[in-house]
Amino acid sequence: MRRKKYLRVLSPLVLASLALLLTGCDSALMDPKGQVGEEQRTLILTAFGLMQIVVIPVIVMTIAFAWRYRRSNRNATYSPDWHHSNKVEAVVWFVPCVIIAFLAVLTWYTSHSLDPHKPIQAEGDDANEPIVIEAVSLDWKWLFIYPEQGIATVNELAFPVDTPVRFRVTSGSVMNSFFIPRLGSQIYAMAGMDNDVHLVADEQGVYPGRSTNYSGAGFSEMTFDAHVGSQQDFESWVSKVRESSESLTFPDEYYDLAAPSENNEIQYFSETSPALYESIIKSFHAGGDHAARVAKFTDSYANDFGHGAGHGDHGDEAHGDDGHSESDESHGEPMSAEAAE
Amino acid sequence: MATDTLSNQGHAHGHDHDHHDDHHDTAGTKLFGFWVYLMSDLVIFGSLFATYAVLLTGTAGGPTPDEIFELPFVLVETFLLLFSSFTYGMAVLAMNANQTAKVSRWLWITFALGAAFVAMEVYEFHHLINEGFGPDRSAFLSAFFTLVGTHGLHVTFGLIWILVMLVQLKKQGLTDVTRPRIMCLSLFWHFLDIVWICVFSFVYLMGVL
Amino acid sequence: MFGKLSLEAVPYDEPIIMVTVTAIVLGGLALTGAITYFKKWGYLWKEWITSIDHKKLGIMYFIVALVMLLRGFADAIMMRSQLAMASAGAEGFLPPSHYDQIFTAHGVIMIFFVAMPMVIGLMNLVVPLQIGARDVAFPFLNNLSFWLFAAGVVLVNVSLFVGEFAKTGWLAYAPLSGLDYSPGVGVDYWIWALQISGIGTTMTGINFFVTIIKMRTKGMTMFRLPIFTWTSLCANVLIIASFPILTATIALLTLDRYLGMHFFTTDLGGNMMMYVNLIWAWGHPEVYILILPAFGVFSEVIATFAKKRLFGYNTMVWATVAITILSFVVWLHHFFTMGAGANVNAFFGIMTMIIAIPTGVKIFNWLFTMYRGRLEITSPVLWTLGFIITFTIGGMTGVMLSLPAANFVLHNSLFVIAHFHNVIIGGVVFGMLAGLTYWFPKAFGFTLNEKWGKRSFWCWITGFYVAFMPLYVLSFFGAVRRMQSYNNPEWQPLMIVAWVGALIIAAGIACTLIQFYVSIRDRKQNEDVSGDPWDARTLEWATSSPAPFYNFAHLPEVHGVDGFWEAKKANGGVPPISEPPYQDIHMPKNTWEGPIIALFATIFGFALVWHIWWLAIVGGIGMFATFMARIFNDDVDYYVPAAEVERIEREHRQRLKQKGDLAHSTRLETQS
Repeated sequence: MRRKKYLRVLSPLVLASLALLLTGCDSALMDPKGQVGEEQRTLILTAFGLMQIVVIPVIVMTIAFAWRYRRSNRNATYSPDWHHSNKVEAVVWFVPCVIIAFLAVLTWYTSHSLDPHKPIQAEGDDANEPIVIEAVSLDWKWLFIYPEQGIATVNELAFPVDTPVRFRVTSGSVMNSFFIPRLGSQIYAMAGMDNDVHLVADEQGVYPGRSTNYSGAGFSEMTFDAHVGSQQDFESWVSKVRESSESLTFPDEYYDLAAPSENNEIQYFSETSPALYESIIKSFHAGGDHAARVAKFTDSYANDFGHGAGHGDHGDEAHGDDGHSESDESHGEPMSAEAAE
Repeated sequence: MATDTLSNQGHAHGHDHDHHDDHHDTAGTKLFGFWVYLMSDLVIFGSLFATYAVLLTGTAGGPTPDEIFELPFVLVETFLLLFSSFTYGMAVLAMNANQTAKVSRWLWITFALGAAFVAMEVYEFHHLINEGFGPDRSAFLSAFFTLVGTHGLHVTFGLIWILVMLVQLKKQGLTDVTRPRIMCLSLFWHFLDIVWICVFSFVYLMGVL
Repeated sequence: MFGKLSLEAVPYDEPIIMVTVTAIVLGGLALTGAITYFKKWGYLWKEWITSIDHKKLGIMYFIVALVMLLRGFADAIMMRSQLAMASAGAEGFLPPSHYDQIFTAHGVIMIFFVAMPMVIGLMNLVVPLQIGARDVAFPFLNNLSFWLFAAGVVLVNVSLFVGEFAKTGWLAYAPLSGLDYSPGVGVDYWIWALQISGIGTTMTGINFFVTIIKMRTKGMTMFRLPIFTWTSLCANVLIIASFPILTATIALLTLDRYLGMHFFTTDLGGNMMMYVNLIWAWGHPEVYILILPAFGVFSEVIATFAKKRLFGYNTMVWATVAITILSFVVWLHHFFTMGAGANVNAFFGIMTMIIAIPTGVKIFNWLFTMYRGRLEITSPVLWTLGFIITFTIGGMTGVMLSLPAANFVLHNSLFVIAHFHNVIIGGVVFGMLAGLTYWFPKAFGFTLNEKWGKRSFWCWITGFYVAFMPLYVLSFFGAVRRMQSYNNPEWQPLMIVAWVGALIIAAGIACTLIQFYVSIRDRKQNEDVSGDPWDARTLEWATSSPAPFYNFAHLPEVHGVDGFWEAKKANGGVPPISEPPYQDIHMPKNTWEGPIIALFATIFGFALVWHIWWLAIVGGIGMFATFMARIFNDDVDYYVPAAEVERIEREHRQRLKQKGDLAHSTRLETQS
């Protein structure tokens, strides 16, 4: 009888959480479009399910014990000095240990099988040769370089379906994180470092991606779309990019692009310097001149206490449009002088 | 009479105002507390050592350790500090023998040795900065200056502390207040010596070898 | 002359800030005026500001924490409102430059200036009483610690209207927090506020560690320590071992920003990954510094109100110790996505999961303490029950995050936000509010109003689930933390639900404030004369409420776990009363040096933020000179004459006699 009562209390809770979960079913993580994401969904659901072995009993016991042993219930046994039981101790240590042991094995296995650095084995007959795309996070946009095709884009990504992609990821500025939720694993983009993540799309479609690691004022709009189509779609996309009149040479054109800008449009570059990605990484290493090159950007970051000076928000909007921030230069001078030293 | 729970342990001590059980800042507690502080300070040094180890290769085209360290010079510094630990030990022995004047004398000698150490370090830093190898030149140099400089700063505080103790010895002599302070300072001074041994081995010796 | 500081530093064009500032200034003026009018400055100075009494310091920590909770929560409401509005291209009402400061300030304030002072405040109030001591080991340092913490609070609040606060996130990851990418003064405020208050925290850690090790009363062996003291001990060990790492890390960032060094810069050999490692080597132990004492509170509350000895005392202790040790080998789980190798990630993932074992055992021990007890469902018990359920769910999501392969898709998303609010609200906040209600009578001599306490609980727990469950769901759609706006309109409904949840929590906070008002108004009815309003088990209840400044007329002696409970049993169900003769009691004197050193520290910090070098030198010399004054001040203690002790104790006995009969009769009933 009493147990039914608890169920009645619990059922709305369970229903509510189920409803929440169901709305999550078509979500990016629960409806992944790539092999990596699928394995991660399975992992999340397995871990979630396993832990219910502890979570549900705890919730039930909390409510049940509190109700059963409430002060006004004089029918319940009262043993004020009962404070130890080897049996109970054994169970409460054993059950969590077993669950964690199982999860630990799972952790070990999946940490290796889903290691972002591990190349993906192309499956099936229709599998294609892997390709390499280089992603560079800039303030506040993504630069994608296609070294094999010799092209580059800003905030737009395309690659063929069923093709393992090795994303090499670095940053031309602060730390960001490269993430396409529907495909799986994200990886940090860090200046001067060459990180990578291997992903594959099993279905055609347009999948949103973004930086997940906060990087400053323009972070929220640091998004892009990943267009996954057939091999032909990809090739025609590449030719479309090649038609662009713009090129991206290192260092001059690259540093023009690297200037802080928010809410960026998609841009295509039909030509890039050879080894552009490597040049960007090297610019932070010994002999690199990154610091000197970006000294002029400091004003754009110095959105400090200058609101009262009449620039403020207007200045921000202006540089959001054209990617430069000349309008801020007059009042930001003391700061930039310091930063340049 | 009080009950079991609230029985008074002060009874045994009578009324001589010497309740050591409930006395605040007794020498033992002070010394133990200072020990714990030193352990937390050790964590700071540990962090700096770890940082140094990580940034050792971050020379950014600037000088490498073996290009800037002069082992004989640092060896002299090391012996100054080691010897000052010995002289501080003598001060503590004198304190245990209740010889205030002797304590002061040994403290002065310790001060002189410590001051010479700091002076040599300042000279070394000055020399490096003059050559263009300041802490802003590379990550390695930042880590080097910070690790060694933090130790030097500690020694400088130790020197100020020695001066304070000398003044207090003159004013008060050896009392329940000054004795635990001299003991704490002793811990501090030997601690800095040990840290320096680590600096000498990990930074200078390994840098040159 | 004034460094970077000019009149432009005041954000005149930000209406939200200016209204807040005006309100704060007017409120401050009114308060100052009132204190002056009622001639209370002398009283404040003598009885509070210079006080070394650990109980008063505990109260002051809590007052500051509650004030800062209001500010931190105002930030939370603004963030939730912004995200409820800023969907699909809408900009909301907060531009990034403001929004980014708000989420940074929210995190910093809630962790450093709300959760920490609540935890440290409770330790101050309770630990010396629980171990039967008259004070802490180093009373002067205790006062100084509080005021250094207050200096940090002042700096954070000054940043609101002079300049700006950091726009970097609460941990100020380099290189974003470096001079190149954050040239403003915001990060400098962050640096000095945390550095100054952090040094205070380190001193607190040392102080309480030594107090618990060295100042336990007769018979109080380590395995008779109340669990709250045990968890405090472990938290203090964590403070001693981890806060120096924070000090060092912030110092290195300071050197980068002030002297152009290259620890964490992107070039010239700097290594930003080291910043992330160092900050989390402190940051992970930090969360256990917060949660362990909360575990201690729940242990005390559940045993007291179940009228039953805590189940598995030894297990509790060893579980706490295990968590303490493990908390140092898990920090990398905060950045699996940095790209370390699979072996490294797996190691840290498994270590993290192992922490779930002792934590789970603790939860079962609380459950089995209720089992076969006589549970009185008071508001502290409600907080405890709410905690067990909420924290279990939070622990589950924590284990999910600790799977590196799952973390690759959950990291940086709203899942993380939901998870840590799940454990911090469900654990720390519930724990501190339970502790506040439980020990309030010990601090003030009257109990808090139960009705409003329960209302507060129901608002908090409902508000929590409404506000944070949607964030778990949103994370599955790819919503990330720290975004000021989003372009996916499908996220908006759940964002609005979360906003409603925040409003419900606001109602919970309002209930707590009303609870204070009502309780103070009705303090005569709710008076606790006995000193033991809950018929509790540990030593802090063996003295009167509020406890006399010397805590115990006679230092108590204990003979087992729950020493006070055993003593009551031996005494026929009523607490033993201390009787004459009394002895002179040795006590520390109040100190003016603590607050003055902290005042100079505030000036020092402010001057460095704005590069006003001469003022920084003034602040530095001021600190040093005041400290020297302390060193050369030998007049730091005195004896309370036995006659004075006798007078105070006689008054207490008389009050007991007048009102005591009633209290005793109810107590006998529960004993039967």
